[in-house]
Amino acid sequence: MTNQSTNSTGQVHHLRRMTIIWVVLSVVGDVLFSIFVAPHVPPGRLSETAANNQNTFNVLMEMAIPVLLGVWVYLSYSLIVWGDKRNASAAFSGAAARTNKTAQVSWIVITSVTILFLAAYGSFAVITEHGSGGGEGPNPAWAPAGALKAETAALVGKATWSPGSKNVLPVQVIGQQWKFTYRYPTFGGFESPQLIVPADTTIAFNVTSLDVIHSFWAYQLDVKADANPGVNDVAFTETKNPGNFIVRCSELCGIWHGSMYNSGKVESQADFENWATTTEAANAANTALLPAFAWTYTPDANGADGGYYNDTNDPYSTVETYGSKQPS
Amino acid sequence: MSLTGRLSTAIGLFLVAVGLIGWTLMAFLHPGTDGGYTNYTVGHAAGAPVSVELQSVGSIGTGYGDHPTWVSYLQKDPATGKWIHDTSMILPANTVVHMTILNYDSGSPLRNQEWGQVQGTIGNTATLNGKSFKVYNSYTGNGVGHTFAVPSLDVSVPMIGVNGNLTNICGQAPCGSLPHNTITFSFKTGAPGSYNWQCFVPCGLGYLYGNGGGMSTFNYMGGFLKVVA
Ligand SMILES: [Cu+2]
Ligand SMILES: [Cu+2]
Repeated sequence: MTNQSTNSTGQVHHLRRMTIIWVVLSVVGDVLFSIFVAPHVPPGRLSETAANNQNTFNVLMEMAIPVLLGVWVYLSYSLIVWGDKRNASAAFSGAAARTNKTAQVSWIVITSVTILFLAAYGSFAVITEHGSGGGEGPNPAWAPAGALKAETAALVGKATWSPGSKNVLPVQVIGQQWKFTYRYPTFGGFESPQLIVPADTTIAFNVTSLDVIHSFWAYQLDVKADANPGVNDVAFTETKNPGNFIVRCSELCGIWHGSMYNSGKVESQADFENWATTTEAANAANTALLPAFAWTYTPDANGADGGYYNDTNDPYSTVETYGSKQPS
Repeated sequence: MSLTGRLSTAIGLFLVAVGLIGWTLMAFLHPGTDGGYTNYTVGHAAGAPVSVELQSVGSIGTGYGDHPTWVSYLQKDPATGKWIHDTSMILPANTVVHMTILNYDSGSPLRNQEWGQVQGTIGNTATLNGKSFKVYNSYTGNGVGHTFAVPSLDVSVPMIGVNGNLTNICGQAPCGSLPHNTITFSFKTGAPGSYNWQCFVPCGLGYLYGNGGGMSTFNYMGGFLKVVA
């Protein structure tokens, strides 16, 4: 061992060397990450929500890389420069092992500031991004402008949307074992196994279930909301360009849970309107038989209709056993 | 108690817990007998349509395993003409499949009338006892007993129920000439792959939300279409 490491000049010298190595590696690491990895970080950029969350992940990662490298550089440097292979116990005594107030205070201050910044940054993102695509329950605290109006109108069949209208489009997601179906209150309340939404539009997904708990996860849109029976879980996203996305159930819900997925599409506004009006017409006979559009449809454990219809309009009472009586 | 005693008690209890968890998991993962696949590609001429015949029954009876009271589908073995308890099939890709399903079960209103609409079949239509239909109002007639649906192909067809008040309703498969509805439809298999099919009527009588029993056990109210090139 040289005596260089025990005098104060030596320490400053080591710290400077460590800092230079750390800064260079961090810059290289962050640049490499932002060029080669960042554009491919999930969930992609199919919606504004997805793009913002990708940005958030990337910011977090670019902050984490220097922290990780800081620890690695310090440890490696210490092992290489101060490692004493012949007399291991020396490392646990002497001046070098004493506490260093500056180091401790800096470490606590830097990590605290980083963590507080991340907490503030994340909270800010959730609020400004209207819940960041997560289910906000029946009374969303961070609804985008126009959402409440569109949702209220949807319930009485008065919601409107057309290309260029910039209206929020409410779409209902109904989970059932083992498929999601979708209702479009803006287009007569038709129900479809297909999920198609228009580009450049704020979508209000209203997620519910007819049986057990499912979870609606539209991966590339970055929307994820639990589907609970009797609960309307609202999640918002703003679509960007046309493209495909995958919907998966992300709550273990029974034997075919693994098959509970479908592919959805973001289409141009004109194509979407065309699809919606065509499907509305094609499904009209069945839409007339569906219950009036509502946020939830209460299932029960008995009747096979599950109380999807109001009991007053239900040939099965809620306590009758399935199959006990034929509808007249 | 000595340290050794306490240690062996703890280890013993731990092993019992692990065993119980393992046994439960295995029972959950293998709830029934695995169905075999009926192969419709044997001797199949490319481009020719394939015919599949199924029957859906309210209770499978004692001839097919451990759950005589459960609802089930059965498949007619094209080679022997026998009704077998296999719900999966191997089908040629991009081929028209003519389905004939004999439903011997009673019905009810649907939990979701969405499944009353014929979807994804050729012409979006099916026939009920020879008459074509596109939508079945499950609040009329005898309601819907089951559906045959292939979610990935957007295929869904309701199996219209028979009158549940009949005294000669089938309780022991195969059901032969007992009262039934004959539903036919055709659909096209897509690209090669494994597609699951299932019933969307919560017909697992006596289980929470009607989705237990035959609904939650492979080879009763669902199976696979293995589509091969
Ligand atoms: Cu699910
Ligand atoms: Cu069924």
